Amino acid sequence: MKKPFALFAADKAPSLSKVHELIRELKVSQVMTKTLYTLPPDATMQEVKDLMRQHRISGVPVVDAQGLCGIVSLEDLIHALEQQALSAPIRQFMTPMPLVVARAQEPLLEAFKRLEQHNVGRMPVLDGHGALVGIVTHTDIIASLLKSLQDVYTEDERLCDCNPQYFFDALRSDATNLLLRYHVEAGDFAHGGEASARIKRALLRIGASPRLARRVAIAAYEAEINLIIHTNRGGSVLVDVTPQEIRVVVQDSGPGIPDVEEARRPGFSTASPRAREMGFGAGMGLTNIERCSDRLDIWSALGVGTRLEIVFKLPA
Amino acid sequence: MTPEEIVATIEGELLFDSGRLLELEYAFSSDLMSDVLAYAHSGMLMITGLTHRQAIRTAEMADIPAILFVRGKYPSEQILALAREVGITLMTSPFTMFETAGRLYQAGLKGIGKLPLVQHG
Repeated sequence: MKKPFALFAADKAPSLSKVHELIRELKVSQVMTKTLYTLPPDATMQEVKDLMRQHRISGVPVVDAQGLCGIVSLEDLIHALEQQALSAPIRQFMTPMPLVVARAQEPLLEAFKRLEQHNVGRMPVLDGHGALVGIVTHTDIIASLLKSLQDVYTEDERLCDCNPQYFFDALRSDATNLLLRYHVEAGDFAHGGEASARIKRALLRIGASPRLARRVAIAAYEAEINLIIHTNRGGSVLVDVTPQEIRVVVQDSGPGIPDVEEARRPGFSTASPRAREMGFGAGMGLTNIERCSDRLDIWSALGVGTRLEIVFKLPA
Repeated sequence: MTPEEIVATIEGELLFDSGRLLELEYAFSSDLMSDVLAYAHSGMLMITGLTHRQAIRTAEMADIPAILFVRGKYPSEQILALAREVGITLMTSPFTMFETAGRLYQAGLKGIGKLPLVQHG
């Protein structure tokens, strides 16, 4: 039976547990607003109004000589306005202690539950010694959760925007292959790695796991560097993707390898000093390709050229 | 260690911050890119004296999020541009590779451990 591309994409979406883990790791201190605007309890509601307008905030912690003694919110200000009592001291309208507070080092999720439970819009944040160190609002929490979700997606799957499953499902055939072709110039160190970088991005885009994309990219990169270092006229890299495997075929038109077995041995090298300056040419290229692939076949004939076939099996 | 902690430890400089939150736990030092490709794991710090494009490309292929150049080497503007394009954090150390690695090892960065002995050449 034909294996659908959907299976290839199975490990594409970031797992729920990863999102969970990230949210569980978030601490109140990472999310809270640290810039604090506070007022003493004998300041007037007019001062609350001015401070809120000036800094576009909706709540002000009230602090006396002993520390936090209450909080005054936009709703409290509205009450004062209704009663035309802007000259009254804050202590008449504020919510006094004991307040619903958050601890800087507690998990954000716990703080969020408390916020919901007590139906408040914001909580003063206290450190281990009970000192006021910040304020955390609904908006802060939601913004930070959205930001972490976005980080999970962008880090793992920058390319989640298109769904390969629909793309391949729409292509009805008895067997579907995706072919990517690249040309690599001889001696072109300045562009060395561009083809492999594109291959890696393409594989991620069609739903390969980061681990698989990395293996293919490393093998393709070593092969690409070989084309740059060793060939007369460069060569081609062809990536053939099917639901069962990824086959990378690298071909050139000479000079050819005199002894393939010798060339496959770790440490065997005929590379130029230029290649060595670049950090290659230590005789590890073919060894590396072999190590990260499932199969490496090499055909070569002097004066004709070389053909590498590198196979990566996809998880069944 | 964060890039900030790393540059503080080796009295170096943060040349480009990719903006990703990095907490580096392992490092791999080499001037041989093939060895980086062969042995380094994804997510590691790469310590190298090579400041050309292949160092950046190697990191890109191997999912290495940060490179620390040694011996006071400073990459060219083109290399910085490539690092920005592919999102790799760059730092530089005024110390040699040996001393850079030594300081970071002392500060808690770990290596990949023992490798099997293989005859080369």
